[in-house]
Amino acid sequence: MRVLREIARRPTALFGLAVVLTVVVAAIGAPLLAPFSPSEQLFDGLTLEGAPIPPDATYLLGTDALGRDLLSRLLYGARTSLIIGLVANGTAVAIGLFVGMTAGYLRGAVGNAMMRFTDLMMAFPALLLAIVLAAIFRPSLWIVAMVIAMVNWVQVARIVYTETRGLVERDFILAERSLGAGHGRIIFLHILPHLMPTAIVWGTLGIATTVLLEATLSFLGIGVQPPEPSWGNIIFESQSFFSGAPWLVFFPGIAILLTALSFNLVGDALRDIFDPTQRGRM
Amino acid sequence: MIKLIAQRLAASALILLGVAAITFVLLYLLPADPAVNLAGRSATAQTVANIRHELGLDQPLLTQFLHYLGNLAQGNLGRSYTQKTEVVTLILARLPATLILMAAGIAVEVALGLIFGVIAALNRGGPVDRLVMAACFVGVSAPQFVVALLLLYVFALMLGWFPMSGFGTAAHVVLPALTLGVLGAGWYARMVRSAMIDVLNQDYVRTARAKGISERRVIFRHALPNALLPIIAMIGIDIGQFMSGVVVVEAVYGWPGIGQLVWQAIQQVDLPIIMGVTLVSAFAIVAGNLIADLVAPLIDPRIRAR
Amino acid sequence: MMKNWLKRTALAGCIALLPLPALAAGGTITVTYKDDIATLDPAIGYDWQNWSMIKSLFSRLMDYTPGTDTLVPSLAESFTVAPDGLTYTFVLRKGVKFSNGRDVVAGDVKYSIERAVNPKTQGPGAGFFGAIAGFDDFSAGKAETITGIETPDDGTVIFKLSRPDATFLHVLAINFSSVVPKEAVEAAGADFGKKPVGSGAFVLKDWVIGQKLTFEKNPNFYVKDTPKIDGFTVEIGQEPLVAVLRLQKGEVDIAGDGIPPAKFLEIKNGPDAKDIIIDGEQLQTGYVTLNTQVKPLDDLKVRQALNMAINKEKITRIVNGRATPANQVLPPLMPGYNAAYKGYAYDVKKAKALLAEAGHKDGFSTVLYASSTDPNPRIAQAIQQDLAAIGVKVEIKALANPNVIAAGGTKGEAPMVWSGGMAWIADFPDPSNFYGPILGCAGAIQGGWNWSWYCNEAMDKRAVAADSISDPAKKDERAAAWKGIFTDIMADAPWIPVFNERRVVAKSKRMGGAGNIYVDPTRVINYDAIFIK
Repeated sequence: MRVLREIARRPTALFGLAVVLTVVVAAIGAPLLAPFSPSEQLFDGLTLEGAPIPPDATYLLGTDALGRDLLSRLLYGARTSLIIGLVANGTAVAIGLFVGMTAGYLRGAVGNAMMRFTDLMMAFPALLLAIVLAAIFRPSLWIVAMVIAMVNWVQVARIVYTETRGLVERDFILAERSLGAGHGRIIFLHILPHLMPTAIVWGTLGIATTVLLEATLSFLGIGVQPPEPSWGNIIFESQSFFSGAPWLVFFPGIAILLTALSFNLVGDALRDIFDPTQRGRM
Repeated sequence: MIKLIAQRLAASALILLGVAAITFVLLYLLPADPAVNLAGRSATAQTVANIRHELGLDQPLLTQFLHYLGNLAQGNLGRSYTQKTEVVTLILARLPATLILMAAGIAVEVALGLIFGVIAALNRGGPVDRLVMAACFVGVSAPQFVVALLLLYVFALMLGWFPMSGFGTAAHVVLPALTLGVLGAGWYARMVRSAMIDVLNQDYVRTARAKGISERRVIFRHALPNALLPIIAMIGIDIGQFMSGVVVVEAVYGWPGIGQLVWQAIQQVDLPIIMGVTLVSAFAIVAGNLIADLVAPLIDPRIRAR
Repeated sequence: MMKNWLKRTALAGCIALLPLPALAAGGTITVTYKDDIATLDPAIGYDWQNWSMIKSLFSRLMDYTPGTDTLVPSLAESFTVAPDGLTYTFVLRKGVKFSNGRDVVAGDVKYSIERAVNPKTQGPGAGFFGAIAGFDDFSAGKAETITGIETPDDGTVIFKLSRPDATFLHVLAINFSSVVPKEAVEAAGADFGKKPVGSGAFVLKDWVIGQKLTFEKNPNFYVKDTPKIDGFTVEIGQEPLVAVLRLQKGEVDIAGDGIPPAKFLEIKNGPDAKDIIIDGEQLQTGYVTLNTQVKPLDDLKVRQALNMAINKEKITRIVNGRATPANQVLPPLMPGYNAAYKGYAYDVKKAKALLAEAGHKDGFSTVLYASSTDPNPRIAQAIQQDLAAIGVKVEIKALANPNVIAAGGTKGEAPMVWSGGMAWIADFPDPSNFYGPILGCAGAIQGGWNWSWYCNEAMDKRAVAADSISDPAKKDERAAAWKGIFTDIMADAPWIPVFNERRVVAKSKRMGGAGNIYVDPTRVINYDAIFIK
């Protein structure tokens, strides 16, 4: 509750939250809201020469290069973005928590090895890695999510590692240890709860990164498979019509921008709220 | 300090070795067969087998990898499958274009970041500050390829101010550099702002102000230099980001750099090129991080002590 | 179709006959492509960009009359074929020089073909020369040379074949038969593809990797008044849209990648359409392979039903009408095309009935592979929607070309593959080229290109018989044999032929010449023949 009240006091965060909720509603309510089926290639959705139709009364945002209603595809595309955002980023945060926590708690050879591995992953050109991975596995919604998770967990692991190391030195953990508490008990009852704010902040901020990465992969034609609509592959499919049908780039572009922006705004506000000393910093 | 650098260099070499190993295994897992791809539609099974043998693809993974490492140690990245040219030659021919783009992009970032960061810091808490900070968020949330396409549409197609794509004149570099720079400027502005605020609250700046030194002098002589070190550290990290992101920008603008090279190579399973560009990019990232790490102790004395 | 072809040939004839004073003008032109030119080594280059450049850099014993599929002696002055069709004797033209100044001799022809076959070259073309005696021993490394190529003197080359091969003269006209000087190849090593030396109409002057290639006229070229232009520059990394915009401004003369859809419609309906757009037929068929070894596509009725379910008119609309619906394997320009054949007409009701007969009243689920480059994913989605109408649920896998090729060439993996973006135009204008690799048993192997996995031994026998008719006088008999083969193959429905894509090239207004030298059936762009008005 306190968190919500704090957010309500920040106009930018409130705006972000509103957009996020709108996207969620669009994603869940797509079947009710969409005027057409997202994959139906409408007979009058193309001109006789095969050009897409600009926004008009029937097709509020125009049609795409296959004569499908763009608005309907954008609404269903919100599903794709959110599913990938939640699954990919959730997985990334989970892996990051596990690696960072284990390495920070155990330290020693195992912890060291884990952190050297994260160093290694940091040196990988992330987008390049994602592209190569997407080319290796034949892409589907879930594979794309996993590829993104593989790239995005590293940063979380580093932050969690630093925090865990700080926590391990703290008195209450040392006290628990001296009382003979097991590792599992200490990790789950004492360390994990303290890491939750970090997890929530990154769980939100990371969605922005994820949405952008998914759109980029789909824009390169190696993301979500057609006819499943994704904001990135809508642009990919319309690129060759770009000079004559800019709305096909403009509308999905705005959707990606607003969604990423909103998750960033909410995440940033959450970081402020959980950790006031970081206020105004990166 | 020298010991630290030596340690970090050794660690960097190990990291690069790891990157090479992982990339090699990943590429080995590719379902596509480079030999089939090279041989084309009318080739016989014998031709495909011959090509596979000549490329050494019929050897076990470990043998292939050791062979690759042996060549790598001599600075040899192998020959492209499709072009038959030395990968080193291909990368060197295209690296200048990527470096120009990177330099121009970073220049835009730093310039915009400094200007807006200082403006925001001086108006801390006010409406201007909030506006600038909101704009920064929009910048860092914008998808690169959309910005690239929109800049193209407005400034090249509609207004005709800049060429749509290609390479060669200063006009060609403007739109790609803006695309890269506008997006990254948000991070710089936020950082410059917080560094400036920190400094402006320090005692010596207060003293300087109390002495009646002009505000301009306070900012440019005292506050700004302190914000420069974090910027250098950030550029270090940025180099890595750029290396990774050039694929998209080079694809949209037809920029003849290594991003375009690797994208074409991925389409043709030209493994030596993919390996080579990945390694060069990883090298840039490691080098960039090294710069950032070496600058860090200068920024914050607490790190130096550790 | 025939009439159309006659018209085109007649047009080419007129152009050739007209005394054109403008030819003296020469001049240099600019050509653009998006992707880098991979290599100009004639033993290795095998894509549609470098194909035409290699043609113009090197010469071969045989070549084609510009804009047609008519074979003519080129580096050879004359040739004779023995009555049994097993010995070909060529007399070389005298005084032909490589661009390094040395005379071209018979030994160069032998060396060049052996180089193309040699596994060390890693070239794709070795298989074309399989009919030459001694091929097997040489390619297996058991012999130092191909014994079937003899050079009794500097001016004579004799080929001894181990079996009659009606396509052999075509084989001597493809790029892999280009003549290269041994000393230049050895000096350049593996970099020969970047520093080519030949005896063709043009010489490569300069190559800035990733940016541009400069070609200059070969003043000593042995064909009279060829080439017409003094040189051409190929600019790389140009987006198709940019290239066309520059072309309208007169900065570019040929936009090699064609015209993006939006711009195409704009130009087509504009006043300059006639001067700018070249829309020519090529030897290409776009098809969906139906894997005859995967359930339920192993059932002929199912394959026929799928054939009837596709609305090909609609699909041509997706490519803005730049294709003609197809009903058979061969494209209309190919000898052996069956103009009387009606194919499987679009009939959803009948398709459903056939599916029900085959026991799939409620349809089934299957997978369609396609290249991930535009417009192929869109075409795949159109096919998906058509098949949904008869209850067949299709999952699309749009992948990078090599992954599609890998899936198609793995037994039992890909039920359906859309060929667009991968199946290249024919290697040479002969119907056999549409059989062996993509419909014959030889291609139905791991890593092969027969993605239907259609292997009909009776058909293979008929194909061998047709290719043994090597007497040029019996050309029509041979075409009729192939016509029969391809018509009977369609009864087995291993493909859904979708359309014959036309090639649309944009050229600047100042460029002259008939359309068929910009969309040359054997060269794509014929740099030797184009000229500035």
